[in-house]
Amino acid sequence: MFRALYSFRVENPKPGTKPNPLESKEGKHSGMIELFKQPNIDWMGKAKFFFALSLLLLIAGWTSVFLKGGPAHGGLPYSIDFKGGTNVDVRFAQAPNVDQLRSALSAQGLVGNEIQAISDTAIPGAKANEVVISLEQKGQADQALDTSKSQVLAALNAIYGQSNSSRPDFNAATPNSLTAFLTQRDPLLLSTNAGDRYQQLAKNILQYRDKDAGGVLTNLEDVTKVPGVTPAVVSSLKEGYALGPFTIRNVEIVGPKVGAELRLQAVYVTLYALAGMLVYIAFRFEWVYGAAAVLAVFHDVLITLGFFSLLHFEISLTVIAALLTLVGYSMNDTIVIFDRIRENNRLLRRESFADVVNKSINQTLSRTILTSGLTFLTVLVLFLMGGQVLRAFSFALVVGIVVGTYSSFGIAAPLVVAWVNWRGQGQAVGAGPAAGSKPRGSEGASGRLAPAGRRS
Amino acid sequence: MTPNVKYKAVFILIVILACIYALVGYPTFPTSIAQVKDNFSKEIKLGLDLQGGTHLILQVQVQEAIAQETDQTVDRLTTQLRAKNITYDEVRRVDDTHIAIRNLDPKGLDDFRNLINAQYANFWDLSPTAGDQAGYTLTLRQGAIAQIQENTMSQSLETIERRINALGLTEPTIQLHGRKDNEILVQLPGEGDPTRAKQVIQAGGQLELKLVRDPAVYTSQADFMQKHGGVLPAGTELVPGRAPRTATGAAADAEVWYLLDRAPIVTGRDLRSATENRSTTNPGQYQVNFALSADAAKRFGPFTEGHLHEQMAIVLEKSVYSAPVINGRIDDSGEIEGSFSQDTAHDLALVLRAGALPASIKYLEERTVGPSLGADSIRHGVQASVLSLLVVMIFMLVYYRISGANAVLALILNLVILLAALAVFGAVLTLPGIAGVILTIGMGVDSNVLVFERIREELRNGKSAASAVQAGFDKAFLTIIDTHVTTVVSAFFLFLFGTGPIRGFAITLTIGLIANVFTAIYVSKTIFQYHLSKMDRQAELSI
Repeated sequence: MFRALYSFRVENPKPGTKPNPLESKEGKHSGMIELFKQPNIDWMGKAKFFFALSLLLLIAGWTSVFLKGGPAHGGLPYSIDFKGGTNVDVRFAQAPNVDQLRSALSAQGLVGNEIQAISDTAIPGAKANEVVISLEQKGQADQALDTSKSQVLAALNAIYGQSNSSRPDFNAATPNSLTAFLTQRDPLLLSTNAGDRYQQLAKNILQYRDKDAGGVLTNLEDVTKVPGVTPAVVSSLKEGYALGPFTIRNVEIVGPKVGAELRLQAVYVTLYALAGMLVYIAFRFEWVYGAAAVLAVFHDVLITLGFFSLLHFEISLTVIAALLTLVGYSMNDTIVIFDRIRENNRLLRRESFADVVNKSINQTLSRTILTSGLTFLTVLVLFLMGGQVLRAFSFALVVGIVVGTYSSFGIAAPLVVAWVNWRGQGQAVGAGPAAGSKPRGSEGASGRLAPAGRRS
Repeated sequence: MTPNVKYKAVFILIVILACIYALVGYPTFPTSIAQVKDNFSKEIKLGLDLQGGTHLILQVQVQEAIAQETDQTVDRLTTQLRAKNITYDEVRRVDDTHIAIRNLDPKGLDDFRNLINAQYANFWDLSPTAGDQAGYTLTLRQGAIAQIQENTMSQSLETIERRINALGLTEPTIQLHGRKDNEILVQLPGEGDPTRAKQVIQAGGQLELKLVRDPAVYTSQADFMQKHGGVLPAGTELVPGRAPRTATGAAADAEVWYLLDRAPIVTGRDLRSATENRSTTNPGQYQVNFALSADAAKRFGPFTEGHLHEQMAIVLEKSVYSAPVINGRIDDSGEIEGSFSQDTAHDLALVLRAGALPASIKYLEERTVGPSLGADSIRHGVQASVLSLLVVMIFMLVYYRISGANAVLALILNLVILLAALAVFGAVLTLPGIAGVILTIGMGVDSNVLVFERIREELRNGKSAASAVQAGFDKAFLTIIDTHVTTVVSAFFLFLFGTGPIRGFAITLTIGLIANVFTAIYVSKTIFQYHLSKMDRQAELSI
């Protein structure tokens, strides 16, 4: 049943291909579910199409980068990590009046700022009650780093008058302060037997505030839903605390120099890592394999960055980690295919190199589809469910895994084949002693590249 | 079960138990589910991005400490040359690392050389000044600069640590940051408002007592320049401060500038203690009294005696707090007057006690993650991870049947080992760390798929179950090693050259990959061997 649904056979095998020596013994392992039984696709014959596709993707993405001002000036949407500036993420109890907020901010001297409304979909039925106020880095070098943040806070207080209440804001209470408060008030009348009861209670209450209420409580009565909270607890909370109309969820302030440094560092780190891989693969296979693999991975990173520019996802330090993940993943994929090529190269000496590569890709195809499919599924779930913090991060992985899988057979392998064919021809013309200079035997002369490593 | 398989199974079991113990077994051995949870949350430390808290990166202005060293050297050298009756025209600081001695009397040259060799040679290189016959230049050695930098950094680190610890926050992290060796990372988990911590870190960086060279005060730097022909006298600087209370002409709150000796007589390093007290002169206000170390007192006593009726400025963070007149010899105590409240006097005394920073600091980065955002990230991250793991596992079970169970076991074990290793090394789980975990899971799935597909191929070629399993593992082994080593190589470079989040990623990834080689090859193969030993030789392998 499964087989009927999922297996397929390419109907027009390349003319002249020999029958597969690994012919299946049908019937013996009848319970196996298989995606591909005996794929026989001429991947290398489609290399031109792959190169064209990659070129198209690269051009699409990087046209966007350059139209938007080039990689250094806004073409790549850097997050605050890389461009410097101030971000203040505020969640309100009620949906804020953005116009009012804007005028309060300009009253504080913040002009040309950018207010982005963000609706938080994580809380069912919630309105757009969260805003991120992003401010450009100011030019003055002597200005304190957090000047803009203080201005934003002043603007918020000007509107909502949080500082009017003499009681502290419950939405800003920390576990320590709440524990101290509860212990001092002792609403459960535990006196000296309290132990860590109040600590636990404070933790539970704040967990309720942060997880269930999304960080902003609008009514202290809601706390009764927390196990262990008695009316006495609620009434002491009411006496001791006020409820602020907003809470600061996240503040990021990055100095201008740091941003540029981090950007440079991220580029260097990635290049070093690629160089390291190049050397290792060159050592295990041949340098052309290393070069092809690194080029393919580089291509993946460029395409993914292009998508970031096209769809305007912000590139942060976390996204760099995701890009590095995709580098590792794509490299893994490429090596699996290269490994098969190395092995088949020993076994199938009479076939052309392109056929060997085709066969290797076909043999590893079900593994490729399975692994990529499962990993793709994993990051897709992360992308859909991961919340706002993980969105750009998982987006890089969603794009990266598709591109990374494709580049292994679409870019890396054809590059090696192209090189081998080119070199083979060059040698045929030059009839060079190069073939004999390395102990490669007849393969060298015929243009077949014999990877280093174990040879039987 | 063959003995070989038995030993392997025992070994695997020991690893599993050790990992579980590392995760939930201590500090106290758990007797209830709640304790297991508690231990687990203690062992797996979450990064600030997941837990909430404040993250500050500050830069120590090391150059200041170098400049200070040069100033003090000029001062010391001048005194010593005078004492030895060596005459010269001028000893002048050229820049932060150079001192010029102009027109040294040739008769004193030998004494001068001896003095430099005996007391300055470890820090300074002596050379004749180009184009000046009787001129000499002292150049601060590279090694000395490095040493000053190192001392400044370690002292700053210690000082900030003492100050932060005095605030009584939970588990603060204070450590050197980055590869440029002048940055310090301060992390305050659970701290939503960094204002107070920042004040305490920054406050009272440097206390210096400096001689006032000119009893007059100036309204601005330009004012001074205008009155004195546009040049600062050698070895002096202009420092702003509040106008003295007795001053007439300037309003009480106006900023005024003092002409001070560049080299301090006493610095914060010379303090023995500092306490806040009620002001003796202004009722209702507070002052900070300090006492000097015995060593500093030896210098301070003679100095004050020699400068009776002159003013001495108390400079805190490059601002003159007060400039009292020296009325008599002072050996080891002094006071800082200002319009302090009890709280501000208390914080200042705390900072002075904890020790002054050897150089001022500048903030480069400030991040505060509120507890609700951290909770959101964890919730979303955990939900998504669990769901995707479930999907992967169910798929493996459906697609590879009984062998799929083997893969699922290997995956779970991989995660357990990874978490246990994080716990043992005290590594912190951050968002980029989760990226590392995802790549690990991806490669874990991949290793299993590689092996299983290989086994299937061998089965299709007509091999028996046992030899297909053997061949499958053998052939996939090289591939798995190659893919893993390549990734570890790149992780190594990330660790070497990256900072913060990128390092976290590299660490998680490396541990995960090592665990993966163990689970996907060793553990999985052992389970297969066990399975094969139990089943009929002719039976079909469920894969």
